Amino acid sequence: MSQADSIHTLSLKGIRDGVQSGAFSVMEATDAYLDRIERFNPELNAYITVTRESARAQAVAVDNRIRKGELSGPLAGVPYSLKDLFCSEGVLTTCASNMLRNFVSPYDAHVAEKLKAAGGVLLGKNNMDEFAMGSSNETSAFGNVRNPWDTSKVPGGSSGGGAASIAARLAPMTLGTDTGGSIRQPASFCNITGIKPTYGRISRFGMIAFASSLDQCGPMAPSAEDCAITLNVIAGLDSRDSTSVDLPVPDYTASLNGSIEGLKIGLPKEFFAEGLAPQVGDVIDRAIKEFQAKGAIIKEVSLPNSHLAVPVYYVVAPAECSSNLSRFDGVRFGHRCADPKDLTDLYERSRWEGFGAEVKRRIMIGTYALSAGYYDAYYLKAQQVRRLIKQDFETAFAEVDVIMGPSCPTTAFGLGAKKDDPIAMYLEDLYTIPVSLAGLPGMTFPIGFAADGLPVGIQLVGNYFEEARMLNIAHQYQSWTDWHTRLPAKFA
Amino acid sequence: MSISAEEVKKVAHLARLAVPDEQLEGYVRNLSNILKLVGQLQAVDTAGVEPMAHPLDMAQRLREDVVTENNHREQYQAVAPEVENGLYLVPKVIE
Amino acid sequence: MEWETVIGLEVHAQLSTNSKIFSGSSIAYGAEPNTQANLVDLGMPGVLPVLNKKAVEMAIRLGLAIDAQIAPKSIFARKNYFYPDLPKGYQISQYELPVVANGHLDIELEDGGAKRIGITRAHLEEDAGKSLHEDFHGKTGIDLNRAGTPLLEIVSEPDMRSAKEAVAYLKKLHVLVRYLGVCDGNMQEGSFRCDANVSVRRPGQPFGTRAEIKNLNSFKFIERAINYEVGRQIDLLESGGKVVQETRLYDPDRDETRSMRGKEDANDYRYFPDPDLLPVAITAEDIAAVRATLPELPHVRMQRFMDAFGLSHYDAELLTQNREVAGYFEAVASGCNDAKLAANWVIGEVSKALADNGLEIAASPVSSDALVELLKRIQDNTLSNKIARDVFAAMWDGEGSADEVIGRKGLKQITDTSAIEAVIDEIIANNPKQVEEYRSGKDKLFGFFVGQAMKASKGKANPAALNDILKKKLEG
Repeated sequence: MSQADSIHTLSLKGIRDGVQSGAFSVMEATDAYLDRIERFNPELNAYITVTRESARAQAVAVDNRIRKGELSGPLAGVPYSLKDLFCSEGVLTTCASNMLRNFVSPYDAHVAEKLKAAGGVLLGKNNMDEFAMGSSNETSAFGNVRNPWDTSKVPGGSSGGGAASIAARLAPMTLGTDTGGSIRQPASFCNITGIKPTYGRISRFGMIAFASSLDQCGPMAPSAEDCAITLNVIAGLDSRDSTSVDLPVPDYTASLNGSIEGLKIGLPKEFFAEGLAPQVGDVIDRAIKEFQAKGAIIKEVSLPNSHLAVPVYYVVAPAECSSNLSRFDGVRFGHRCADPKDLTDLYERSRWEGFGAEVKRRIMIGTYALSAGYYDAYYLKAQQVRRLIKQDFETAFAEVDVIMGPSCPTTAFGLGAKKDDPIAMYLEDLYTIPVSLAGLPGMTFPIGFAADGLPVGIQLVGNYFEEARMLNIAHQYQSWTDWHTRLPAKFA
Repeated sequence: MSISAEEVKKVAHLARLAVPDEQLEGYVRNLSNILKLVGQLQAVDTAGVEPMAHPLDMAQRLREDVVTENNHREQYQAVAPEVENGLYLVPKVIE
Repeated sequence: MEWETVIGLEVHAQLSTNSKIFSGSSIAYGAEPNTQANLVDLGMPGVLPVLNKKAVEMAIRLGLAIDAQIAPKSIFARKNYFYPDLPKGYQISQYELPVVANGHLDIELEDGGAKRIGITRAHLEEDAGKSLHEDFHGKTGIDLNRAGTPLLEIVSEPDMRSAKEAVAYLKKLHVLVRYLGVCDGNMQEGSFRCDANVSVRRPGQPFGTRAEIKNLNSFKFIERAINYEVGRQIDLLESGGKVVQETRLYDPDRDETRSMRGKEDANDYRYFPDPDLLPVAITAEDIAAVRATLPELPHVRMQRFMDAFGLSHYDAELLTQNREVAGYFEAVASGCNDAKLAANWVIGEVSKALADNGLEIAASPVSSDALVELLKRIQDNTLSNKIARDVFAAMWDGEGSADEVIGRKGLKQITDTSAIEAVIDEIIANNPKQVEEYRSGKDKLFGFFVGQAMKASKGKANPAALNDILKKKLEG
């Protein structure tokens, strides 16, 4: 079967059409990816769990249903992976933490249910920064992930395992989560497309929380079209998440081919100031010019408070996480220390042993920011500045349709380069965090390679619930470029 | 803005984290650096700005008062460290 | 110099919903441990709370009944602390912007005066689970069935000045929540529990340092615990000591309060708005819809019973303690058209029989209609009050309607004057000595003749007719 060797180069649509036409079976598609995982994952460490057995069982079942004509949707027979913070019933769900090293989830996350029902085949669970806290995938208790474009570099984080899996085609699509840039930054480092929809567009039920007012799930895949197809399946209201929004879900694939002529693109001057690596800036400039050449109108806008986004984020996110992670207490699930001498000992040692250093730092900062005497100075102040940041975007969107800029200040950095410097790591996310704080949709798609040979993604920010427009813009770009189809030579 | 070793200990206990003495200094340094970073906020004029707890300017959706759940004790307790007679066990709690 | 007692109360009323406040688990009492604890109640990773609409409606209901303000925008917050019966490590409660604020309840004082007790706020929150300290190899067992049960915490102003006032307030509130149907008021099962903040001061001085007495679950204990605590604080202050702000537990066996140690470091609760829950919007329409379903409130109904039916304050109060009882009484009163007769029977026979059998009025074997039928037989002189009580007892035991019992047992009252005359003639003939004494001025003997006549008629003689005839014959 000659086609089996090239299944990994197909789009989601290509896989779906292939299994529907009988060009190859779901089992062949599944095996193609399982084989690649077996071959390349030892080097990349992108998966924590590979669900080989259940994937093949699922493939048989889906093949049957497709043959009987019961299943023909856009994800029928399509393999995928999940970031290891989505609960998957009967499957290890670790959050890349020793705290949950043995946690087999008793239930499925909303999005896991959706993909299962659509006939997708779960290949496994992707490595990540522990509890999604990190920007390099180095805080994982299961070891760091390597960037397929240069295995001495980080893949970004926290959805680093997912990004590396897509870049090396160890899965055709994955779901990540983004709290301050955790989809967009690794997508940029790994030459893939990823979208963080508007807060509330996708249910958070079953997604292990980091910071509840910021967390949002989103698809990561080679192309905008793949993301649109996936978003069609997972977006929408869920009665189990009262912050999921009750607005109609458009067909995100329907508008992919719309024209971008006359599109007003805003460039926040603050995103192109000091701090942006020139080699990244050059690639961004070139992409902007391409949009201009296709009829888009470029306009400078200002987000005057965006430099405060990182400080705001490092109050709000730790505050929420300090509370969200209190449930990991060694009583009902998760790690319990050996021979606790009393209740306090049970709590303090189980939690100390179960959590890694970055998670503990954030829990402590958040606890401090919420504690008596500091609440107003830190938490309340951060909430106020958060509103100023949101208002900056509202002002900008009065003038332009979308905002574009860098996803990250640099290309992928070396493993270990920032590991011991939390502040340097935090500043990685200075362009993505403002968007998260405002709850706006943001995406990254590949626009080429910097002078150092590493990929660069551009960040595209839309107004609330304008995901269709954003996917349309990215798809148009991908219709005249081929960056998103390029594979690292080593993993071709 | 910085945090003292005493404060770190206090915060760690509030968060039920047992910081070993030899690691205390590292946490003091890192947390102080983070507080320095977030300390920039103090200079911002936020007079009259309503705090933003949530990105969505919407009201909460409520559910009807209907019992939809049934007993899954066995399944849920399969992941528990210690159970007996359907109860979760912890070291003796003294009231 | 005198001491003044200052008391504020926090009542936790468990709301009578079907399901939990943030999940679809049942809140039924008494299930096997952890069989009513679902993913959300257990605080499993990834789960989210979804607020029960009924709980909000019940909070509004209470708010309207105490003349409070209902917040158009209400916020849920997390109260963070670690305890094994608190699965998430935080309790979802309300801190700023509770659903209900600034209400009041009027209580009656012993001297007959009235006093207004301010209610600062009433907020929604979730209950915790239960820790069981029986022996599990020296460990504690945790049952999370109760975790997530909806509570309304009703916080009073420090307006009460004695244990008696505190109990009067609690009883009033207890009646009200049951009246409104928001809480079953079962103190045994913990559906209505109270914490008391107690302090003492010299009159006119600022408030003293208070102690909080936890989990008082009967009116008797509340009164005793407060009195003990007041005595303790006065002794302490008069011997030059200081009251420490702390939480104390009342021990009914030893009738004392004692300090709960080891809770002091749990005091920094780090409240912040729960990011999983958006603000709750309560519109004027929502409030109007709840208002439309409000029953007549107990104090209003009591006043009406006094004004419209001429009942005494005492009777009216007794009859409005419970909405079902008040409804039963009203049905009987209007059915027999004699409120006082109805009141006597409901407060008397009916309440006694219910209490003896441990029943609620809804389960009474004698319906209001059946009682009306019985009372009509008193009104038309078929039955004396005494015989009517026997008939009632038979009806209670399921022997049929009033008329059926009367017919079967031949209990019809004798109103035929010739029959009564015959009975009296015989008694006069058989007791010449007593007749002579009576006639010579010993009036007290009249009762003897009544007794004899009643006995001879097996109680069936109409008392009024009997009196008339007896008087005539004796005066002869």
